[in-house]
Amino acid sequence: MPKITFIEHNGTQHTVDAEVGQSVMQAAMDNLVPGIDADCGGECSCATCHVMVNSDWLAEVGAPNDAEDSMLDLNPEREQSSRLSCQMTVSDELDGLIVDLPEFQF
Amino acid sequence: MSEAPTINMAEFDPKDLALEDIDIAQRSLWIEDKKMAFFERLRDEAPVHFCKDSEFGPYWSVTRYKDIMEVDGNWQDFSSEPAITIVEPEEDFPLPMFIAMDPPVHDDQRKTVQGSVAPANLKLMEETIRARTQKVLDDLPVGEQFDWVDRVSIELTTQMLATLFDFPFEDRRKLTRWSDVATGDEESGIVESEEARQAELYECLEYFTNLWNERAERGESNDLVSMLAHGEATKDMSPQEYLGNLILLIVGGNDTTRNSMTGGVWALNQNPGEYAKLRNNPGVIPNMVSEIIRWQTPLAHMRRIANKDYELGGQTIKAGDKVIMWYLSGNRDERSIENPNEFIIDRPKARQHLSFGFGVHRCMGNRLAEMQLRVLWEEVQKRFHMVEVIGEPERVPSNFVHGYTEMQVVLHPH
Repeated sequence: MPKITFIEHNGTQHTVDAEVGQSVMQAAMDNLVPGIDADCGGECSCATCHVMVNSDWLAEVGAPNDAEDSMLDLNPEREQSSRLSCQMTVSDELDGLIVDLPEFQF
Repeated sequence: MSEAPTINMAEFDPKDLALEDIDIAQRSLWIEDKKMAFFERLRDEAPVHFCKDSEFGPYWSVTRYKDIMEVDGNWQDFSSEPAITIVEPEEDFPLPMFIAMDPPVHDDQRKTVQGSVAPANLKLMEETIRARTQKVLDDLPVGEQFDWVDRVSIELTTQMLATLFDFPFEDRRKLTRWSDVATGDEESGIVESEEARQAELYECLEYFTNLWNERAERGESNDLVSMLAHGEATKDMSPQEYLGNLILLIVGGNDTTRNSMTGGVWALNQNPGEYAKLRNNPGVIPNMVSEIIRWQTPLAHMRRIANKDYELGGQTIKAGDKVIMWYLSGNRDERSIENPNEFIIDRPKARQHLSFGFGVHRCMGNRLAEMQLRVLWEEVQKRFHMVEVIGEPERVPSNFVHGYTEMQVVLHPH
């Protein structure tokens, strides 16, 4: 199982076992990682599963899709590395992925 | 506008009417609070339902949670222009506002102001919000009857709005009035005529134009008027567009939180077991706030216009048709929410509700609203054993603003 590490704003790390094919958001929810709300349940419609991808992983993870980009744009605290974790699918290639969580979800 | 409706919905049991005769938007259902049973029938039998004739013209009703998500998330096929409520805008009095615009103009204008309610900014505001809430609560009479809507819900939301606009504090009740006028009409009894309504809204514009001029001359500050006056996407707005956006921000920050502040008290009074849970565990308050917002659904609907023919729930919505997403119904959809008619303050996944909408128009002030409600309940619980509702609250006669004009209560100390 690929491992994903979520780092809270205060530095607390959570490394979880994720299932191939599920979303990174779902992996966080299933493992009770705090700091992700996912109000819309994974429909790319609320932007409350915002994460910042660790710079080493940016190329592998890739850029946001169009719908995701328009939702991310609603967040004034968006960064270059911002993604919505419901739009990132867990794969073996992402084993070891590290993402930072924002201080607040908007 | 069509002829007056011939069937008074409120006089019927929903199952005694033909589906095609159901007009869920009809005011009688909202004034007499009979709409929920009609929504249940629509969800079960006609989740994407066409009403061919109504006071508001023909319209589709979308009543299930997942269908509403589908429409709300798809701005390409469902336009928010030219208005977001079921009522057609007055042709001679258009009120452009960014909630009623599609991308990209919507995005540019929204980005100008959304920083004011971004979480980092909210953190700085919490202390002020708490101090004001404490003051309002400490000034309330204990053991004697008063109107919670006026003394608490309106007072707190109006103070907040005055702060966001940096609006003269002593005049803040003008904001309350303009909010009511903007969403009211002759039928609601809030204004005497459409002319009177427009006249009051022009007063609003005039007042805010003075503020605009004053702020435009100064350097940019982080109040909403200054942000609009200096923002690249908004500084050249027409007066009518300025008024439209003001109304959006006033109504958005006022009616909604106000009615959740009242609705929470009402819900807890109807569910004494939940009130007991709250007393035993104030830590549940953040979750309870989401449940209150779901249960109340302070804005009952949003409207869209289909940009193309669209298949939904086995029906074909035609390009140009008016589509009403009934958030109030979706938030009671048993297909998506367990025991949706129950008010459960420690409900799992309480954040998954439709009240803030989804997609690019999702409520900009959602985190502020949640904070205001959380702080209110934290402070109420420190002071009172119970906020007891006396009788039944008076409802706003509207199918859009889902709330209360008056609710008498008595406070019982610990």
